[in-house]
Amino acid sequence: MLLSRRSALTSAAVAATLPLVRPARAQKPKLKIGVLNDQSGPYANTGGATSVVCTKQALEDFGVATKGMDVEVISADHQNKPDLAVSIARQWFDRDGVDMLLDVPTSSVALALQSVVREKNKVFLNSGAASSALTGEQCSPNFVHWTYDTFMLAKSTGGAMVKAGGDSWYFLTADYAFGKQLQGDTSALVKAAGGKVLGAAQYPFPGTTDFSSFLVQAQASGAKVLGLANAGGDTVNSIKQANEFGLNNSMKVAALLMFISDVHALGLDVAHGLNLTESFYWDMNEKTRAFTKRVLPKTPTNYPNMDHAGCYSATLHYLKACADMGIAEAKKDGVATVNRMKAMPVEDDCFGKSKIREDGRNLVTSYLFEVKKPSESKGPWDYYKLVATTPGDEAFRPMADGHCGFIKA
Amino acid sequence: MIMIFGIPGPLLFGQLLLGLINGAFYAMLSLGLAVIFGMLNIINFAHGALFMMGAFVSWILLNYLGIGYFPALILSPLLVGIFGIILEKTIISRLYKLDHLYGLLLTFGLSLVIEGLFRNAYGSSGMPYRIPEMLSGATNLGFMYMPNYRGWVVAAALVVCISTWLIIEKTSLGATLRAATENAPMVQAFGVNVPRLITLTYAGGVALAAFAGVLAAPIYSVNPNMGSNFINTVFAVVVIGGMGSIMGSILTGFGLGVVEGLTKVFYPQASATVVFVVMVIVLLVRPRGLFGKAA
Repeated sequence: MLLSRRSALTSAAVAATLPLVRPARAQKPKLKIGVLNDQSGPYANTGGATSVVCTKQALEDFGVATKGMDVEVISADHQNKPDLAVSIARQWFDRDGVDMLLDVPTSSVALALQSVVREKNKVFLNSGAASSALTGEQCSPNFVHWTYDTFMLAKSTGGAMVKAGGDSWYFLTADYAFGKQLQGDTSALVKAAGGKVLGAAQYPFPGTTDFSSFLVQAQASGAKVLGLANAGGDTVNSIKQANEFGLNNSMKVAALLMFISDVHALGLDVAHGLNLTESFYWDMNEKTRAFTKRVLPKTPTNYPNMDHAGCYSATLHYLKACADMGIAEAKKDGVATVNRMKAMPVEDDCFGKSKIREDGRNLVTSYLFEVKKPSESKGPWDYYKLVATTPGDEAFRPMADGHCGFIKA
Repeated sequence: MIMIFGIPGPLLFGQLLLGLINGAFYAMLSLGLAVIFGMLNIINFAHGALFMMGAFVSWILLNYLGIGYFPALILSPLLVGIFGIILEKTIISRLYKLDHLYGLLLTFGLSLVIEGLFRNAYGSSGMPYRIPEMLSGATNLGFMYMPNYRGWVVAAALVVCISTWLIIEKTSLGATLRAATENAPMVQAFGVNVPRLITLTYAGGVALAAFAGVLAAPIYSVNPNMGSNFINTVFAVVVIGGMGSIMGSILTGFGLGVVEGLTKVFYPQASATVVFVVMVIVLLVRPRGLFGKAA
């Protein structure tokens, strides 16, 4: 049939009026997931848009459409500012009807949101923030810490360093909640293993780009290990400059939190030989490779890291719990939803099997990696060699040591 | 070992030297800002973004065209300078008759757009850029292990700063430039093409930022935020030195680098704020800045 422009316009105009005369129909309950992370700053690659892509992948893999569920994902940039994040979250809960808050890297931001989510009785699934205080003194029944934390990093990377003879440490620490917690957790571990902490430089975050002063101080301290209690671009710059100042000749560098995108930014010729800990690596097994293949077309320049995979895994498990208890019920009560999630075993392509402990700690397996030499890397983002594996129930701080308030002793 | 304020002497000397190296970046960036402000009366907030562009262009030259560090040191400022000419001709030149604030807002907006475009294309983690073979390695100075590349940065920065100062203060071209800022119609009456002079001055200031960007590429990761990390401090340097004063911004740049370096030894937490504390004190005592001329 040939369609003239006039008739096409007319029918379009008629079509536009149609929804107005359609009879009102019962509203199906709709789940809304809000991904809140750094989308433009230093942590935009470790979380950012790739976290949103992975969250949407979970919806697809769960098959929300075929199961007849109505789920929407929205996202915003918190710019690593706690006050901004709190106002976005309040708006999301009060006006936009968001049920679950996801990702939220930057510990200071995550800690600030903890009380907001609890007050509104929503669900907070955190993949990106590191501070172990989130399931310790600052814990909440509305919260699950999915992917990693400072204690696990300290135990895995720090533990390996001490075992290899690195018994005296100097810390280079980002001066905020995360850096201090990571330094604290690692110091405790080093001391418990009979080592010494010789000093620390706490530099202003964000905005420090030159670490040479601190590196020279670290060198002068005579410590065997330089512990980097920082993340993202800061870690990249400090390793780059440590290399420049020849620190790697006299001391070992322990990058306590490092993601694969940081390794990519450094280049293997500088990064090789570093030990680091992640709970997910895209090239770990058949399933992780299949997952990566599914998301990569939507995030071609940034391979998924553990933070991204955590967003996927957390969303998938959340959807399972919601489907199990009914969406209307899940929307009503955040604590009940989290309790249901804790009661169900977790399993997915990224992390395999795990379980969520009573205090909200997801007990995933942690892996200690060594960064490959340029000659060992066979393809794009082929960066890690597996060195050690710590099962989930050993990787994290024992629940009793966390002093989480809502757990009855 | 000599102890100074409870800190071993050699360590302190090392920190002074490191402060000078950082000061070199401050000096180069604030120099470009001072030139642009002095001649165009534009507070160029896009300076940080153009510094970042300088670093990125050298990375792009290396990775797509195989052009190494030393050619990039010339090519990158040239390309970014041309970009500056386009910016000045098409957008910035429309604001000369308006209040400073408009120029500030416009260039701030431009910097957000430029950074956003690079972030979109390359992400925020940054790109690796290696120190050129010839300048890699380090020299043991006795009190400190000094990377050769850092030495090169200080030398290059000094040469560039002093030549810029010489061109503006001691040549006839510089004299024309200064005259044009004082009284444009009069200089134009002598047959000088003042708008073109101004465009080239902007391009020159921008090229200085790009040059600093190339120098910074092997030290910092080449990432879209690298400029905004610097720009606040650099503005403080310009204000302390005296808006528009060329020598003022050079000396203040190096001086503040040293002050910041020493703060990192005694109280690292304050190292980001110390520059602003100095700024407040200077503004209270000498509102025109250390080297600013009285109105």
